[in-house]
Amino acid sequence: MTIRTQVIPDSGVKTAVPALEPLLVEIHEEGRAGRHVRGGEEADALIPAAFRRRAPLGLPELSEPQVVRHFTHLAQLNYAVDTGMYPLGSCTMKYNPKINDRVASLFADLHPKQPQSTVQGALTLLAELERMLAKLTGMDAVTLQPAAGAQAEFTAILMFKAYHQKRGEGAKRHRVIVPDTAHGTNPASAAMCGFQVTTVKSDAHGNIDLASLKAALGDDVVGLMLTNPNTLGLFEERLREVCDAVHAVGGLVYGDGANMNALLGVARPGDLGFDCIHINVHKTFSTPHGAGGPGAGPLCVKEPLRAFLPKPWIVRDEQGRYHLDTARDDQPPAGLGDSIGRVRTFLGNFGVLVRAYTYMRTLGEEGLAEASNDAILAANYLLAQLREHFDVAFDRACMHEFVLSASRQKKQGASALDIAKALIDEGFHPPTVYFPLVVPEALMIEPTETEPREIAERAKTDPASVKAAPKHAPLARLDEVTAARNPKLKWQRPT
Amino acid sequence: MLERVGIKSVDDLLTAIPKDALRPKLGLPVGMSELEIQTHLESLAAKNRTAGAGPFFLGGPVQRRYIPAAVPVLALRGEFLTAYTPYQPEVSQGTLQSIFEYQSLISELLAMDVANSSMYEGGSAVAEAAFMAVRTTGRKKVVMASEVYFEFRRTVRTYAKGPDLEIVEVPTRDLAPAADGAACLIVQHPDAFGGLVDVRAIADAAHAAGGLCIQVTEPHANALLEPPGALGVDIAVGEGQPLGIAMSFGGPYLGILACRMALVRQMPGRIVGETHDARGMRGFVNTLQTREQHIRREKATSNICTNEAIAAITAAVYLGLMGPEGLRAAARLGVAKAHALAHRLGALPGCSVSTDGDFFDRFALRVPRLAPGREGSGYALRNALLVDNVIVEATAAHYGDRDDLIIQCTEMTTDAEMDALVAAIESIAASVRETVTAR
Repeated sequence: MTIRTQVIPDSGVKTAVPALEPLLVEIHEEGRAGRHVRGGEEADALIPAAFRRRAPLGLPELSEPQVVRHFTHLAQLNYAVDTGMYPLGSCTMKYNPKINDRVASLFADLHPKQPQSTVQGALTLLAELERMLAKLTGMDAVTLQPAAGAQAEFTAILMFKAYHQKRGEGAKRHRVIVPDTAHGTNPASAAMCGFQVTTVKSDAHGNIDLASLKAALGDDVVGLMLTNPNTLGLFEERLREVCDAVHAVGGLVYGDGANMNALLGVARPGDLGFDCIHINVHKTFSTPHGAGGPGAGPLCVKEPLRAFLPKPWIVRDEQGRYHLDTARDDQPPAGLGDSIGRVRTFLGNFGVLVRAYTYMRTLGEEGLAEASNDAILAANYLLAQLREHFDVAFDRACMHEFVLSASRQKKQGASALDIAKALIDEGFHPPTVYFPLVVPEALMIEPTETEPREIAERAKTDPASVKAAPKHAPLARLDEVTAARNPKLKWQRPT
Repeated sequence: MLERVGIKSVDDLLTAIPKDALRPKLGLPVGMSELEIQTHLESLAAKNRTAGAGPFFLGGPVQRRYIPAAVPVLALRGEFLTAYTPYQPEVSQGTLQSIFEYQSLISELLAMDVANSSMYEGGSAVAEAAFMAVRTTGRKKVVMASEVYFEFRRTVRTYAKGPDLEIVEVPTRDLAPAADGAACLIVQHPDAFGGLVDVRAIADAAHAAGGLCIQVTEPHANALLEPPGALGVDIAVGEGQPLGIAMSFGGPYLGILACRMALVRQMPGRIVGETHDARGMRGFVNTLQTREQHIRREKATSNICTNEAIAAITAAVYLGLMGPEGLRAAARLGVAKAHALAHRLGALPGCSVSTDGDFFDRFALRVPRLAPGREGSGYALRNALLVDNVIVEATAAHYGDRDDLIIQCTEMTTDAEMDALVAAIESIAASVRETVTAR
């Protein structure tokens, strides 16, 4: 069989099919290698023959300049906050200050199992971050362990489970209530905890429907998972009534903090009726999204939930030294008590948390409030200009983001997806599309506070002939159906 | 802008917020300039003793390894670091192809059919692998070796509280006989004490009982040891931090999860696949998304959304730079140094290597009792060594009755560090003997 080959103009490398950039395996040549580490040959005789690798180790052999050019080319195919506006609703793609990256490297050479006396600086930072997050959210205690929002949800629902069990109500409570506007992680997290999910619809104003909620409540309810502002970018107008209704049947209210960027210094979830809330520091506190991760999802809770927080806890002694309570060097370690235990191997995504700490300290109380203020204003400013072109899902003042419907445009032949792809040709990353599910042809737009006004003005769209878009991206539209039907999930080595 | 929106102040937009909760005083510090924050963080960092600042033998899932200079230069480029999840593939090919390469490299290293695009970190990846086995077999019992890292076992136990799984811990040698009715057997090779384990026998026992075999592995070991895919393992998991990722006091790291193709639809998390665009050019997309939470909600295989993509890209860059020979060399150096050190330490009075059988690049060391009291021998010695600025791990109460040291070597371990450790243990043991004799 002849393999069709494509010569990539700037590298002269042949690939099996036409491609923007070869795979590492396609530029491999036997015997090529950098010399980053060498030696140790005597080790081979120290490993008994029965354990030695016999399977071929077919990693590509490459020179350092090849690898550098390869990943530099690949990087250049990406759109990123560093290259332009990224108005993805619910994702808070704000600018990521570079100082955050630099100071994180000050802590790179610390092992998580070091004796606590040798990591007092790192523990001090974490303890201070916990205190700042508690103040910001109006909560009493914080865990920094969760690696992301979804893991914080799982952590909290496990804590809810433990809370109800401790009160002797574990057996009867098995339902978690989730509004129809919720992120998919909410029902998925509840299901991972063994609970059933009851979905409650939204009302005509984009709030959770109070009557439906009350009808769904009972003494079998674990709690409610609520995003506020919700994924329509709207603040729940009867939030306290919602929380009170859940508390009245003995349930707990989980705050999904995905949209916390609207609330810094504006309102504290702890004052609004929530029993806990997570923070996506990769949204609200400017830590880089990293092409999909890492993030960090600190979970802030009210006093009644404190005992169930994951351990170890960071505790301070009278001399101002910090310790991990389950592994103290200076006195007998504490047991787990009512804690659910650890949800990850070590204390948290420390390198991410340093960036969040740096952001909070840099902005300070006034700066954080200003950030939310500006985010809300930017969203409303953009909404005011787009309102005449699009249907607005629920037309009232939005918080930091808003949702348009492209239903009208769809009738004229351009779907939300088409508009998204056309925005690529205009130099923008598309907004979130087809979410939340309650809005047909949804375009969910979040400009954030760090885009200058001129960019926001350019970000208007014209639903002209956009079916063929994008024309100016590295690739045209990708065939996702073929990818799923005939999964090719790794490269085939050329034979 | 206010005028265009038709308001006098932003507060006009906030009428839905209860008045008594609006604009609270938070009590946070005032802001700082970039120079001030840099100085502040430098002062905090100065209160730490970094790993490189003296003899250092901690390891386990997180290892102090050499990171080629080009790794952070490439992986932390703004185009990767400040991009979002690649939901718009036309403008995310850099991320998608890099992750496809990561999946390919990991599959090759572990000899598994398919790897996903990353989990949070090692411990929670083990838990999610156990969940896969539970869904696949319909059984709720998970049997795990007590020589799996303590922190991993604790994480699995926490996760297990979600779907109310039964967790059984037995020594590795008793895993095979415990296979009856188990969704999976979880074995670690090399184990927490560096011990080499006959994984194939455990996999065979799991399969004979209708369950799966999950191997906890670590990347460098696979350069020299027969990989999970050649041992009959169904799901291979582990901590990917040693692949060019900084230790950073606990994260962010890289959860590796790879499996047989037959299990791919039970996999958690994102998976990148190859396809083509409307013009016939090769391209990459997130695929098999009907497993995931944003499509399937409560019926998803996992709730994971944000993962550790930049860590996966880092690992791809690292493996590309190191190549098979570089990876083997790094692994061999750890093995050679660990064996040389074990030989010297095992010869000291009262000391003996206590890993069961052959070991890889770390080992457990039984040590003499320093003094009667609450602290056992290993833990007391660990604290005494710290006074000499030598950092080692003690098993503490984490591995049954064991009261040993665990000593990890990598290519970073120097002769001077090894000499310092041997001399320190020798002198501490000698001073104890003198005290005892004097008494």
